Amino acid sequence: MEEGNTIAKRAGSRLCCLCNERKPALKRPKTLEQICRDCFYNVFEEEIHQVIVGNHLFKAGERVAIGASGGKDSTVLAYVMSELNRRHNYGLDLFLLSVDEGITGYRDDSLETVKRNEVQYGLPLKIVSYKDLYGWTMDEIVKVIGLKNNCTFCGVFRRQALDRGAAYLKVDKLVTGHNADDIAETVLLNILRGDVARLSRCTSITTGEDGPIPRCKPFKYTYENFNQNHTYAYFKKLDYFSTECIYSPNAYRGFAREFIKDLERMRPRAIVDIIKSGENFRISTSTKMPEQGTCERCGYISSQKWCKACVLLEGLNRGLPKLGIGRSRFLENSNDNRKEAKRNDGDRSIESKQCGSLDF
Amino acid sequence: MSPFFCLCSTGSDVACCYWICCSGGLELLCDSVKMHNVNVDLENGLEQLTMKDLLAWARTNLIKERPEMFMKGDTVRPGVLVLVNDCDWELSGQLDTTLQEKDVVVFISTLHGG
Repeated sequence: MEEGNTIAKRAGSRLCCLCNERKPALKRPKTLEQICRDCFYNVFEEEIHQVIVGNHLFKAGERVAIGASGGKDSTVLAYVMSELNRRHNYGLDLFLLSVDEGITGYRDDSLETVKRNEVQYGLPLKIVSYKDLYGWTMDEIVKVIGLKNNCTFCGVFRRQALDRGAAYLKVDKLVTGHNADDIAETVLLNILRGDVARLSRCTSITTGEDGPIPRCKPFKYTYENFNQNHTYAYFKKLDYFSTECIYSPNAYRGFAREFIKDLERMRPRAIVDIIKSGENFRISTSTKMPEQGTCERCGYISSQKWCKACVLLEGLNRGLPKLGIGRSRFLENSNDNRKEAKRNDGDRSIESKQCGSLDF
Repeated sequence: MSPFFCLCSTGSDVACCYWICCSGGLELLCDSVKMHNVNVDLENGLEQLTMKDLLAWARTNLIKERPEMFMKGDTVRPGVLVLVNDCDWELSGQLDTTLQEKDVVVFISTLHGG
């Protein structure tokens, strides 16, 4: 921070460090240089391009679905992807894929935004809904389960919903607008949950390559602290929807997010460092890791007999909404797990738990 | 529709007027009003208004609920982006940024998912 001179500088006193022509509008994230809007656009778009090319995210001719919620990250993603696809001839067939969880006053509004994006960017849109896929909207689920674990349902259902939508569109890959902050939050959450299996996977820029549809996150290295996506969207006057999900205040991720924001304020590189730590975790070979198979009920990828979505759905349909939440995770083994949980043997009970089962 | 809440200033004789805009959901803290035309009286002895003063003023006079979503201590909550005349306030000294008539201040909340 320029605190040497006590006279506060107005932004017009210098020129952009890159082009030396225009008035600077913000500080360049990596180098803290002051740059103007146009140079910001170039730098931002070029960085994403380098991430895409450097990580071999796509191959020419691939059909790619962009997970679009109507929020700032996915709008910027859609805009930049179609722009770079054109400018650098990636040769991709791009689509917008949106999930309707059935949340009145939130999702119905943001879907209107995505429909406008379809027109604005010229990308065909497919919307998949929880109601069609599962027979339940989030509003209905919240009425039954309350506000404590609803995000668990939504997250699990959404993952499958995206895969089913992607399969319908016959795409080769899915891209989402997750940025560095999101991934750092996920690393923290997985550590807090003791989910070693997920921890080892969640930092990759492309995940799920052994599953139905690989997903990649071109914004993995974008720090939100410097608010790039927001700034980009604001300056470019992109159309996006910006209200919080009405059910989210109770999501556990909110705590991780708050912590990360505070960390960022003190030391911006903390975000990337957390991700690096996540990448560098080495799992002891004696740890029991879940094996990947398929769900007996629906055929989706799963490390248990039934995939989590089926477990949760079964609970909802049977009027046992707590099924799949908390310690009684597995349908068949629920009694065994409860016995284990009651044991207060410190080390012994933690080691004997299968990884990823420390629910709160 | 531009989803921003802005504070801007319009001309005035005595006190300085500003337009304040809030976005990213922040407008919900101000009775869902996005654009605010604001008159801020300068305290005795002060020649110019700084962002610090404006923030304190906004917290008292603009934010109708949950001030902790907007501010933390003296400054904005981490995750709130501040633009003065379309320039990041980091360039002009953050809280020490001095404001002039007809200035436009934009607050954008970056806190929720996208």
